[in-house]
Amino acid sequence: MAEPILDIRDLKKSFGALKATDGVSLDLRPGEIHALIGPNGAGKSTLIHQIAGSLKPDSGEIRFEGRDVKPLDMAARARLGMGRTFQVSSLAPEFSALRNVMLAVQARQGSSFRFFKPVMHDRGLTEPAHEALARVGLSDRADVPAAELSHGERRQLEIAIALALGAKAFLLDEPMAGMGPEGSQALTRFLDRLRGEAPILLIEHDMDAVFALADRISVLVYGRIIATGSVDEIRNHPAVREAYLGDGA
Amino acid sequence: MTRETTISIVIVAGLLAAAFIAQAMGETFYITLATRMAILGLAATGLNIALGLGGLVSFGHAAFFGIGGYAAGILATHAFNSEPLLLGLPGTNQMIVIWIAGAIAAGLVAVLIGLISLRTSGVYFIMITLAFAQMIYYFAISWPAYGGEDGLSIYVRNAFPGANTLAPMSFFLICFGLLALGLVLFALIRASRFGAALQAGRQNETRLAAVGIAPFRVRLTAFVISAMMTALAGALFADLNRFVSPSMFSWHMSGELIVLIILGGVGRLAGPLAGAIVYVLFEFALGGITEHWQFFLGLILLAVVLFARGGVMGLLAGRARHG
Repeated sequence: MAEPILDIRDLKKSFGALKATDGVSLDLRPGEIHALIGPNGAGKSTLIHQIAGSLKPDSGEIRFEGRDVKPLDMAARARLGMGRTFQVSSLAPEFSALRNVMLAVQARQGSSFRFFKPVMHDRGLTEPAHEALARVGLSDRADVPAAELSHGERRQLEIAIALALGAKAFLLDEPMAGMGPEGSQALTRFLDRLRGEAPILLIEHDMDAVFALADRISVLVYGRIIATGSVDEIRNHPAVREAYLGDGA
Repeated sequence: MTRETTISIVIVAGLLAAAFIAQAMGETFYITLATRMAILGLAATGLNIALGLGGLVSFGHAAFFGIGGYAAGILATHAFNSEPLLLGLPGTNQMIVIWIAGAIAAGLVAVLIGLISLRTSGVYFIMITLAFAQMIYYFAISWPAYGGEDGLSIYVRNAFPGANTLAPMSFFLICFGLLALGLVLFALIRASRFGAALQAGRQNETRLAAVGIAPFRVRLTAFVISAMMTALAGALFADLNRFVSPSMFSWHMSGELIVLIILGGVGRLAGPLAGAIVYVLFEFALGGITEHWQFFLGLILLAVVLFARGGVMGLLAGRARHG
C-alpha cells in the first residue's frame, strides 16, 4: 500500500479534565477521501486544528509526507502543502475574492517580500487565481469583496484558496455546512474529482455527501476513534450505530 | 486612475501651489506652515504603513521621529564644534548624510522594539510601543551631553547640495520632494505583494498563516520601513525648527501622528497629509484665538470618528477599494 501522506499516531490533547483528543491515530493515503464523522463536541475540529498547526497537541505524532511537522507553525505547515478550510470561513474580508486567492498564489510562489510591482497587473498572480476561482464556479464573483459573498460562496472561495496553494492534502472542515442542497451536490461532485489531485481529510455532517464520497470513514466519539472502515463497514458497525447514527440509519 | 489617486494628487499639488502663492505674496510665514504640513504629513505617512496597512497601532512612533531629529541635532552639533563623534567619525551638516544616519538608527531601534512588541497585539502592542518610546524620552531628558531636558539647538540649518536651505522656499521644496517620494513609496508598497500580505494580516491573521505566510516577518519589515520614514521626517522637523528637544519623543507626539492619520483617513494614500494640513491649519487659525485650540480639535476628531470614519479621504474619495 502507498505511503500515507498524512500519518497521525496516538495524538492526545486535553483541556483541563476534558480529553478532546484521546489517543487518535489515523492516516490519509494518496487518492482517497477519508471522512471523519462524529457527534458535535467529539473533537473533530480540535483534531484539524492540531494537524494544521493552530493548536499544540500534548503528545503523539503528526507526520506529513514522512516528515515530523509537530515543531512547525501553521504557516510552515501550509507551505509544506496542507490546504485547509475552516469550519467558520476565515478570509480577508475587505479583499475581493480574486485577491484572496491571489494571496495564496503569491504564498505558493514564496514571494511576499516584493515591494514595488503592483499585484493587480501581475499576470503570474491573477491568472492562476482566476483559474482557481473558475474551478469552484466563482468566476463571476471575482471582484466582490469577501465580506459581501454569501455563506456558500465563502466556502467555495476557501476551497479555491486551497486549490491555488497547490495543496498536497486537503483538510476540509465541514465544507458543506450552510450550503443549500444544490450547492452541496455540486460540491460533492467537485470533491469527487478533486481526490485524484490530492487526498482529502473531510469533516462533514452531511451524511449523504460522506457516504457518496468517502473511501474510508473514521468515527470520532469523545476524542477517540471508535471505528475506521469502508462506508458499508461503518454503516453496519454496531458501536457506531449506537453512538452516532441511531437506529434509523 | 482611481478616484483616490486623483484626489491624492490634487491634495499634494495643492500644498505645492499654496507654497508658491505664499512665495509670490512674500508671506514666508505661510511657506513655513506649508513646510510643517509636509513634514508632519511625511511622518504620519510613515506611521500609516504600520498602522494603516498593517493594523499595527504603534503608540510609540515619536521614538523614531525623535531619533531622526536627534540624528540631525547631534551630527550638526559635532560638525559645528568640529568635535569627532563616535570612533573618530566626524559630525556632518549635510542633510543627505543626516537622513541616512537617522533612518538607519531608527531602523535598528525599530528592529529591537518590533522583535518584542510584535509578539503581542491589540492593547498590549499599543502599551509596549508606548513604553519603549517613553524609555527613550526619559533617556533623552537625562542625557546631559546633548542638552538633556533643554534640548539642542542647530545654529545653522544643515546643508543640501545646490540649495540655500535657509531660504524658506528652498527648504520647503526639499521637504516636499521627500514627502512626494514617501507617498510614492507608500503607494507602491500598498499595491505590491508585500502590501497584499501586510493588509491581509490586518484583516485576518489566521488567513495569512493558513496560506503559508508567517505574519510576524511581514509585520516586522513593515514596522522598520515605517519607522525609517518617520525618522526622516523627524530630521526635517529638527531642521525646520533648528532645535530638537525630548518633546519630539513624547507620547503627545505619538498621539499627534495617530490623530493626523485618523483625521485624514486610515490606510489612505494622502490621508496623513490631508490630516496634517487640517491639523496645522487648525493650530494656526484657532491657536491665534485661544490657547485651548486643541479642545476644538478634539471636537472635530470626535465628529470624524462618529460620523466620518474614513476621515478627509473618506469624505472626498469614498470608501477604500481593494480591487
